[in-house]
Amino acid sequence: MSTSIKALPAGLKDVEKGSSLWTDAYVRLKKNKLAMLGGIIVISILITCFVIAPILSWIGFDGNEQNLANKFAGPSARNLLGTDQLGRDLLMRVLQGGQISLLVAIMATMLTVTIGVIYGGIAGYVGGRIGNAMMRIVDGLLAMPFLIIVILFREVISGQVDEIARFLIDDWGWSDNDVLRFANLIPLTFAIAGFGWLSMGRIVRSSAASLAQQEFVEAARSLGLSHRRILFRHILPNMLGPIIIYATLTIPSFILYEATLSYIGLGIEPPNSSWGKLIQEGANYLETNITVLAVPAVLFSLTLFAFNFLGDGLRDALDPKASKD
Amino acid sequence: MLRIIFSRLLQTLVVVFLLVTFTFFAIRMMPGNPFADVKALTEENKAAMERLYGLDKPLHIQYANYWKNVLLEGDFGDSFSMKGRKVSTLISESFPISLKLGLLSLFLAMSLGIPLGIIAALFHNKWQDYTAMIIAMAGICIVTFVLGPIFQLSFAKPLSWLNVAGWSRPSDVILPAITLCFGVAAYLARLTRGGMLDILSQDYIRSAKAKGVSQLNIITKHALRPALVPAVTFLGPAFAAIITGSFVVESIFLIPGMGQYFVLGIQNQDYTLVLGLVLFYGILMGIANLMSDLALIFMDPKLRNS
Repeated sequence: MSTSIKALPAGLKDVEKGSSLWTDAYVRLKKNKLAMLGGIIVISILITCFVIAPILSWIGFDGNEQNLANKFAGPSARNLLGTDQLGRDLLMRVLQGGQISLLVAIMATMLTVTIGVIYGGIAGYVGGRIGNAMMRIVDGLLAMPFLIIVILFREVISGQVDEIARFLIDDWGWSDNDVLRFANLIPLTFAIAGFGWLSMGRIVRSSAASLAQQEFVEAARSLGLSHRRILFRHILPNMLGPIIIYATLTIPSFILYEATLSYIGLGIEPPNSSWGKLIQEGANYLETNITVLAVPAVLFSLTLFAFNFLGDGLRDALDPKASKD
Repeated sequence: MLRIIFSRLLQTLVVVFLLVTFTFFAIRMMPGNPFADVKALTEENKAAMERLYGLDKPLHIQYANYWKNVLLEGDFGDSFSMKGRKVSTLISESFPISLKLGLLSLFLAMSLGIPLGIIAALFHNKWQDYTAMIIAMAGICIVTFVLGPIFQLSFAKPLSWLNVAGWSRPSDVILPAITLCFGVAAYLARLTRGGMLDILSQDYIRSAKAKGVSQLNIITKHALRPALVPAVTFLGPAFAAIITGSFVVESIFLIPGMGQYFVLGIQNQDYTLVLGLVLFYGILMGIANLMSDLALIFMDPKLRNS
């Protein structure tokens, strides 16, 4: 591994330590202004949606409170970005929609990474005929039309989720409003992940397959370590780079999937809302009041930009060789 | 060459067979049944409907019957949800519309994305590169359902020769095609840039430079063809997806294309429609991949032997 002189702060005693892949990567990332800007925007959006918005709603701002006398109002102290077609506060609606969009995307990404790493890791490490057969299944599913597979998964899963939700409400006495709102997100999350893990599996398989050929894995094998140990302690840590890069780039594409599905009415259902749903509602009032479309659309596009720039920057930083496209 | 075509076609047949088999059984795992939405349907009528469509028979018989009808009689069956319409009619009516829209937007995407990628690679790490890549990122991040309404408002409203939505005049294809092309153009630009950077760092390009070949000749005669390999690989599946999967754009501009049936079919649990679409999509995907393979062989002589 190359050591970067720039990675070292002044003071020679640090030289002995050398610099790890991660310090190297961090230095490279810090030089990439677009990626850093993306990172800052990502963090700000996350904080706004998940910290500031709950505080605002706790002190009395509500995105679901209708006020038909006050629809399409301009910005005011009470409604910083004005109100929508039902007199609801636009800012709170966009932030609460963002919570759902981001929550679904992040949960689906975590699922994708888990399934993709296990499946792809096994396929790559085992290799041979079994590994090939595992990848042919992935190729076959990738050839399915995206909408059909996602809707299929969603329908199949939502039946199960409804039963669990009803059980939680009836037998455990959980608040039915909260449970139902959350239950609405689960089928969509699983459906998106059910399609998304396929590409993750492919990427993990190819890097696991090349790692499995390396000397250190051979050494581990000749030491008699178990397959599971080799896979999780030796191969997995070496794949962290591509996994992190791909996960960062997966989040925006999942935000987009969720928005697309919600836009065409197959995603989030009321009282939940998401950016896709807000954009779809806003498009109906394009001529009356463009802010209802513009606010969620701008925030949505900005989020996609930020995540993509951050992901591209991470790829350049962690894997300089692969950064050509 | 013939061997490649033959093996590709064989591969397509296997994929289509597996896709249809998977879909056939997976769609029956969906809760509810195809006629659940039909109001005032007595048990007797429901049973009669199921008998009519052969749904009362055991699953493996239904499965065998489906293939028998498709292969021996070329019959994709009747649509469950759109009464009295054959699946083949639905596809053959809507496909030309989607094809026209898809081909135009693919053409626009190529003429926008590929030059952008080449410019970015030639001015690697200069302002032109950054500008091109930010434009490409905008194409990915500003999605169709944001662009579509903006275009409707800013172009279709003021210009009398453009309709806001609908599919009655020849000019109706323009706005949807432009809306649809940016995302593809963005990916093409990124892939072209990557391929070009890769090729420009090769030894044979350095040799050509050393021999005094002009910059223009290096790009057009030596670098361009191999540099487009990643973009062309992407174009195959993108072609199939853009032609069938433009549901969002179709719904914004009210276009009677194929995309709607993918959503309606599965929402209404219209088994025959969904299976017909998957079959059609699989074959289209196979043809698109074959075309992109043949283009790759033409572009990269090294691939001819493998």
